[in-house]
Amino acid sequence: MTMTVHVDIVSAEKEIFSGLAEMIFAPAELGELGITPRHAPLITKLNPGEVRVKVSSTESYPFFISGGLLEIQPHVVTILADTAIRAKDIDEAAAVQAKACAEEILANKTSRVDYASAEKQLFQAIMQLRTLDRFRKRGG
Amino acid sequence: MAVGKEIRTKIGSIKNTQKITRAMEMVAASKMRKTKEKMLATRPYSKKIGKIIKHLAHANPEYKHPFLVKRDVKRIGIIVVSSDRGLCGGLNSNLFRKTLGQLMKWDQAGIEVDVCTVGTKAYSFFAGLSKTTVIGHTAKLGDTPHLNDIIGIIKVMLDAYHAGQIDELHVVSNEFVNTMTQRPTVEQLLPIVPSELDEQLSSRHWDYIYEPDAKEVLDYLLTRYIESIVYQGLVENNACEQAARMVAMKSASDNAGNLIKELQLIYNKARQAAITQEISEIVAGAAAV
Repeated sequence: MTMTVHVDIVSAEKEIFSGLAEMIFAPAELGELGITPRHAPLITKLNPGEVRVKVSSTESYPFFISGGLLEIQPHVVTILADTAIRAKDIDEAAAVQAKACAEEILANKTSRVDYASAEKQLFQAIMQLRTLDRFRKRGG
Repeated sequence: MAVGKEIRTKIGSIKNTQKITRAMEMVAASKMRKTKEKMLATRPYSKKIGKIIKHLAHANPEYKHPFLVKRDVKRIGIIVVSSDRGLCGGLNSNLFRKTLGQLMKWDQAGIEVDVCTVGTKAYSFFAGLSKTTVIGHTAKLGDTPHLNDIIGIIKVMLDAYHAGQIDELHVVSNEFVNTMTQRPTVEQLLPIVPSELDEQLSSRHWDYIYEPDAKEVLDYLLTRYIESIVYQGLVENNACEQAARMVAMKSASDNAGNLIKELQLIYNKARQAAITQEISEIVAGAAAV
């Protein structure tokens, strides 16, 4: 039997995922992390991106998060997401629209809108779309 | 018949009031269900982050965060979470009474108090007090408040804490025990008090690997922790408000019912007396003929 580790993914507004997994992939600030059971204790901030929970060799769940925090204890992994949504639930149209909107603001730098926050929005929208693309290729 | 005209108008007006209170009761009942769901949905996050904080308190970080260090208390900040609207029984007044009790204690110890208020009721109450200064306020957050809505006031308090203007931070809000009971609570947020020791974790010397570094991660984590507690207090207070309003409106409807019954009795008696008098007058008149 393969070793597993308990994973909890929660956002401030609800619980997203709770269960056992063989491996977890998360977009840490210093680069993508792959976490297997019995990892050393670690705390890190997460970038916006895709968290992948590999439940078995054939099954894995993708989640989109827009930043957050990851804590690892040898047998428990906790992800505190700022916003975590099931990848299936991402409203693609809204993501595309947000992207278009953010790009428009970027193009039109003279407007009074905060340049940095627009860039962040654009980044989030791109990440959401990428997650969706990957999700679709896998035939989810 | 002119008898009991006033009583009838009175009964009519009480019936109208009863209709309103009954409608409010039903609205509050359905809102309570929604706010309660919201409250339960936010619990896992605050539980998890609380756990991490607890782990952290037993780890041995090389960096001591100011949120974990006790200082001499000269000035205290409190965040008071109240409702925006009234007609919810003693919910807010109980909360304010509890807060006043605390304020008195601090006052005797010569400690000054800064207040941040959430909700219109708290603002109008604390703005009128001479001992305290209101330094931040937010209101009209609706039934489904978002974390973004309260970041502002929390930032005000945390900045004050960092600058050394306040030495402790407390949050005052109602705790949802069940539909009938709401308990006002005062909770200390800063400095963070480590809870009871976890044997397994504290028995050996260990520490996390911090990425990118301890300061940045701890800053982020502790700020999130404070936010999550205040947010939890806010959604809990919302559920309390609806529950208290439902109970208050139910008892108002019941009281109106009793009042109507009494008035109806008085009205019937008066009517009967008038009829009896009329008959006796007629009989007396007939006898005289």
